[in-house]
Amino acid sequence: MAALSLSNVSKSFGKVEVLKDINIEVEDGEFVVFVGPSGCGKSTLLRVIAGLEDATTGDVQIGGVVVNHTPPSRRGIAMVFQSYALYPHLNVYKNMSLALKQERQSKAVIEARVAKACRMLNLEEYLDRYPSELSGGQRQRVAIGRAIVREPRLFLFDEPLSNLDAALRMNTRLEIAGLHDALGASMIYVTHDQTEAMTLADKIVVLRDGRVEQAGSPMELYNNPANQFVAGFLGSPSMNFLPAGFIAKGDDRTIGIRPEDLQLVEEGSLTATVQHVERLGGDTNVIARVDEHKLTARLFGQHSIEQGQTIRLGFSAQRLYYFDAQGRRLS
Amino acid sequence: MSQARANPVNAVAMHGALILYTLIALFPVFVILINSFKTRKAIFREPLALPDSDSFSLIGYETVMKQGDFFLYFQNSMIVTVVSLFFILLFGSMAAFALAEYRFKGNMLMGLYLALGIMIPIRIGTVAILEMMVATGLVNTLWALILVYTAQGLPLAVFILSEFMRQVSDDLKSAARVDGLSEYAIFLRLVLPLVRPAMATVAVFNMIPIWNDLWFPLILAPSEETKTLTLGSQVFIGQFVTNWNAVLSALSMAILPVLVLYVIFSRQLIRGLTSGAVK
Repeated sequence: MAALSLSNVSKSFGKVEVLKDINIEVEDGEFVVFVGPSGCGKSTLLRVIAGLEDATTGDVQIGGVVVNHTPPSRRGIAMVFQSYALYPHLNVYKNMSLALKQERQSKAVIEARVAKACRMLNLEEYLDRYPSELSGGQRQRVAIGRAIVREPRLFLFDEPLSNLDAALRMNTRLEIAGLHDALGASMIYVTHDQTEAMTLADKIVVLRDGRVEQAGSPMELYNNPANQFVAGFLGSPSMNFLPAGFIAKGDDRTIGIRPEDLQLVEEGSLTATVQHVERLGGDTNVIARVDEHKLTARLFGQHSIEQGQTIRLGFSAQRLYYFDAQGRRLS
Repeated sequence: MSQARANPVNAVAMHGALILYTLIALFPVFVILINSFKTRKAIFREPLALPDSDSFSLIGYETVMKQGDFFLYFQNSMIVTVVSLFFILLFGSMAAFALAEYRFKGNMLMGLYLALGIMIPIRIGTVAILEMMVATGLVNTLWALILVYTAQGLPLAVFILSEFMRQVSDDLKSAARVDGLSEYAIFLRLVLPLVRPAMATVAVFNMIPIWNDLWFPLILAPSEETKTLTLGSQVFIGQFVTNWNAVLSALSMAILPVLVLYVIFSRQLIRGLTSGAVK
């Protein structure tokens, strides 16, 4: 049984169509990431699933039941917000137990569930503190704990890591992945960060302008993108695009090549001028220009390449992706 | 940090300006207070002198206590002010929540309409209000005053509170909805506590004009049982003779409750500002 299924969901605010005919299935226990640039409608889609916005047309089914007119609290979901959204006038315990109190759970159940969530998230010492007395990472853990205690069918995460600093973001990312394994619940996670999407997801849904561009497992999308947008969005540094005319005269397609597929070769077919070098220790990213086109090459190890130097880059023809003028993938 | 910022000239100038302003603001209150403890002759001979053993007299307070039902007036003023404030805050915050929180047709127009009252003095409608009160039989009741003051205070209350409620994070309200709080619970248990400083501001802004008003008590409720303190004090001001001792004593006593209310609300104000409620 699907944990969530969206069929033909559209949403308009006045004349602006934010979501256009969305169809998505989320299996039980699956971790699905909605990813896309800002303004692509991914947060709105999450709010439609949560019931905070009504879909203009289409059906939202959670656990096989149509919930179009069910209020958020009865949908069997729990949501974690980007700004944490903790109740500032309640302490950690009350923040976590509020929803259970609203459900009229017995005191014993509430205490047991809060205690369990606190153990999972290492929050035991902070139960009496107020949100203003916690650090960003602790607040986010409380927000996650508030979702866990409800034992929902479906977890919704709305960019939960974007207010955290880089080191904390990675730790919390691992924690969320651990939680998913431990709880076995279905999770939907919205982000604009493709690294988060790639590392966490069982399935990635790439959105653009309110449309699903492609859905599939991370490696499927990485190796077999349906179009130029998906190809460029996933992967870091992102894919290079060049007119195919550079390689074969008269070819009007666009070729795409991943930065890691470019090598420094004496007889390479592309001659480029080095514009900038990023030395990361393990990797070296070389940003170079071929005419007016920018190319990024990701070279393994450390290289002594200087700015302004002319280099020759080669690649294997099997690693090329071809796109037509509309950005569709050509096989 | 404070070392780097503290320019002594600036600090002195700033404190000087504030002290000067405080003195100007407190001076009339001070004059009323000292003169209320003086004999009539002393008031006119040296209005600015402090009461000494010769000029000290409680005659003003005695007159006030004897003549007129001062405590009843006091009670009337208190009831009118507190009940009006309660209604202003209740209805004002409810309207503000609706305007700030819900998207509906004409939201903007409704907000402007409700704010219009800030620019139009309610006293222009005195005749119509009086006719209405006569028709409904509310003349010479405290309700007449309470209704008028509530109407008078609402525009500013709605305006200020809706601005503050818009600043309460949307995520917070969404989280509450996901947690199963009803719209009423979100309003009462989440939004109201967060806008408490704004509520205190509105209360202070409205309290003083209501307490001091002479116009509407004189027109709508001049009967002996419904006189407010300000109106009650007017019996000592005659066309030919004014009993200054009594007037000043009555005014001195009238200041006290406002002062107490102000201290209560301003503490709320400060606590609200320093609690760091919203992230």
